[in-house]
Amino acid sequence: MRMIIKGGRVLDPGHMDALADIVIDDGVITDILPSVSRDMPPIGKNDQVIDAAGCHVVPGLIDMHVHLRDPGQEYKESIETGIRAAAAGGFTAVCCMPNTQPVNDCRQVTEYIVKTAAAFHSVLVYPVGAISRGLKGLELSEYFELKDAGAVAVSDDGMPVVNSQLMRRALEYAQGAGLRVISHCEDPGLSGGVMNEGETATRLGLSGIPNACESIMVMRDIALSELTGIPVHIAHVSTRESVHAVADAKSRGIRVTAETAPHYFTLTDAAVEQYDTHAKMNPPLRSEDDREAVRKGLADGTLDVIATDHAPHSVLEKEVAFDDALNGIIGLETSLPLGLKLVEEGILSFDALIWKMSKNPAGIIGLARDIAVGEAAHLTVIDPKRPFTYDAGNGFSKSKNSPFSGWRFSGRAVYTIVNGQVVFEAGQKQSL
Amino acid sequence: MAWNRKDILDIASLSVDEIASILDMADGLKEISERSIKKVPTLRGKTVILFFHEPSTRTRISFDIAAKRLSADSISISASTSSMVKGETLIDTARNLEAMHPDVIVIRHASSGTPYLLSRKISTPIINAGDGTHAHPTQALLDMMTVREAKKKLHGLRIAIVGDIDHSRVARSDIEGFTKMGAEVRVSGPPTMIPKGIESLGAQVMYDFDEAIDGVDVIMMLRIQKERQQNFLFPSEREYAQRYGLNSTRLKRAKPDAMIMHPGPLNRGVEITPDVADSINSVILSQVTNGVALRMALLYLVAGGLHSADDH
Repeated sequence: MRMIIKGGRVLDPGHMDALADIVIDDGVITDILPSVSRDMPPIGKNDQVIDAAGCHVVPGLIDMHVHLRDPGQEYKESIETGIRAAAAGGFTAVCCMPNTQPVNDCRQVTEYIVKTAAAFHSVLVYPVGAISRGLKGLELSEYFELKDAGAVAVSDDGMPVVNSQLMRRALEYAQGAGLRVISHCEDPGLSGGVMNEGETATRLGLSGIPNACESIMVMRDIALSELTGIPVHIAHVSTRESVHAVADAKSRGIRVTAETAPHYFTLTDAAVEQYDTHAKMNPPLRSEDDREAVRKGLADGTLDVIATDHAPHSVLEKEVAFDDALNGIIGLETSLPLGLKLVEEGILSFDALIWKMSKNPAGIIGLARDIAVGEAAHLTVIDPKRPFTYDAGNGFSKSKNSPFSGWRFSGRAVYTIVNGQVVFEAGQKQSL
Repeated sequence: MAWNRKDILDIASLSVDEIASILDMADGLKEISERSIKKVPTLRGKTVILFFHEPSTRTRISFDIAAKRLSADSISISASTSSMVKGETLIDTARNLEAMHPDVIVIRHASSGTPYLLSRKISTPIINAGDGTHAHPTQALLDMMTVREAKKKLHGLRIAIVGDIDHSRVARSDIEGFTKMGAEVRVSGPPTMIPKGIESLGAQVMYDFDEAIDGVDVIMMLRIQKERQQNFLFPSEREYAQRYGLNSTRLKRAKPDAMIMHPGPLNRGVEITPDVADSINSVILSQVTNGVALRMALLYLVAGGLHSADDH
C-alpha cells in the first residue's frame, strides 16, 4: 500500500526545507514532489493520505537513552508500553539501556528485546549492551556477540565504570566490535546524596551530590578518548563543568559527543521543594547556573543530543520518603514538547532541535535518518502549534512518574511513521 | 488566639506571632508539672499516637508525659514493633492509624520530609518530632522558651551553634527560629560539617570556634556522632575536642552569664567537658524540663484542646 504525506513543510536539516508531498511505497520513500509545482502525485483509491498541512515533516526522532524495564521489571514498563509511549512522543526509534533483570550483557537478552520489539511492527528498538558483565565493572561483556544480536552501543548506564583501565579497554574493544561507548559519569566517592548539593538541599536537610561528582568522570572519559583516539558519548549531562569540559575537548579535536535530558534544560533543584520525588533523578536537577549552561551548550553545539533517560518507576517506588525513592522520571511523551519550548524561547532553531533529536543520535549509533528517495520512511510529523496538555495519569507509559504532568505545551508530534506505517496518530480530542 | 494550623511540620512555616503564642502558652503550662498532682483534664478523650521510627528517649518520653499531663491517651509505636517489619509501607501504616481516629500523630523519622509526605496523605494533625537532618521544630521551640525564660527576650541576643551543623535538624530549626525572633545566630565547626548555603537560613558562618563564641549570650553545642569519622568529617575525637570542644577556658570568651545548651544526648569529654556541662551556666536540664511544657502547648493547640475545654 502507498502512503502520501501531503502539504507539509518537509524539513531535513542540512538537506532540504520545502513544501512537498512525500510518496512512500512499501516502507520506502519513492518520490518527493514540491507542493507548489501542483504536480500532484496521482492518488489511487487504496492510497493512504496523510494531511500534513501546517505541519513539519522531519526525519524520524530517535531517543537514544531510555529504560524499557523489560525483561524483569514489567510492572514499571514493558517493551510494548514503552514503544507506545515512544510513538506518542514522536519517536521512531529508541535505544534501551541494559540495566534490566537479567542485565543485557549477552546475546540472549539482546535477542529477546529485538525479537519482542519487532513483533509490534512499531517503533524500532535498538538495545544498548552492558560495558561490563552484570554492570559490575569487573570484566568486559562480549561485544561482538552483542553487536551480532542487534546492540548498537554499550553502556553501564546507572552505574559508573569506576576502573579507568576497564573503561580504556572498553573503548578499544568496542571500536573493534563497531560499538559506541556511552558513559554514565559519576564518581562513587562523591555520590552519596539524594539531590543537588546546595542551598535547597541544606534547607531541606537532604544530602547533596556536588557537580564534581559528574564532571570528574566526564574529564576522565575525555582523557581516555584522547589517549585512545576513540569516540566516547557522555550520557545525561547536568552540570556547567561538564558542558565546559566537553566544549574544551571538542575544541581540541577530541571525539566526544554528549547528550542532555529535557529535565536538565527545563527544571532546577527548586523542583525538589516539598520533597517531590518526581524531581529525584540521577544525576540530580541542578542549579539555575547549570540549567543556563546546559541551554547554552545545546545552543552552541557542545551538547549534540537531547535524550530523555526515560526511567519508569511505580508509585510504590515514588510515594515514599525522599531518601527511599528511586531515581528517575519518564520522559518519552514530553521530550518533543519541551524541545519545542526551547525553539519558542529562541534557544534553538527548529533545525537544531531536529539535529539533536534525530540526525545526531542517528549518526552516533550508526543509523541513517535522511528524507530522500530510496530511504526507509521513518518520519515524524510535528504540528508546532497543536496545544497539548500532558497528563501522566492518561499517558501511554505504564508508569506515571513525571514532574511535567499538568503542563501545557504548544506543539507535538501528530503522526509517527516507521517503515511507512503510521504507528501513532494524535487524536484531536485527546490532545486538546 | 485563634489557632488554624493543622500540623506543626517545621519552624519555617510558623509566623513570629505563632511562635510567641506557643512560647507564652508553654510558659503558662509549665506550672502544671510542678504540682503534686500533675494532671489537668484538658485533653481528656483525645488520643495521641507517638509514631517513632528512629530511636528516641528524650523526645518520645517528653511527648508521652506531655500528653498524659493533659489527660490525653497516648500510644507509642515504633517501626520495629509495627507492621512495617512485615513490609507494610509507611503510608499504609499511617492510613491504618488514621482509621482509628487519633487526634494527633507525632512522628519521628530518619528521612527528611517524611512528615510532609504523611500530611499530604492523611488528615490527622501531625507534629514533627524530628525528620532526618531537616527539622526538629519542638526542640527549637523549647530552646527558644528556655532562652527567653532566662534572658526575658530573644531579640538582639547572640547565639553560637557549634558542631556538626550539616547533620543536625536541631541546628536548622534553631537557626530558623532564633533568627525569626530577632536573634543573631552564628554557626561554627570544622568546614566539613558546615553545609553549603547554610547562610540562606540566616546564620553567619565562623569556622574559628573562639571567634564564634566571642561575646555570645548562648552557646549551643551539638552532639558529635562517632560514626561520622568514617565519612572523613573529622580525624579523631581527640582533635575534635581540642579544637571544637567547649571547655572552661574557652567559655571565658563568651559573656559571663552565657547559657550553655545541648539538645542531648551528651558526649561528655568530646564536644563538651563534664565540668562545663554541669556548670552553673548550663541549662541543659532546663531544656528537658521545658520540653514537656512546650509539647503540652503544642498538643493542646493541635488537638483542639480549646474546643474540648469549651465543651466542659
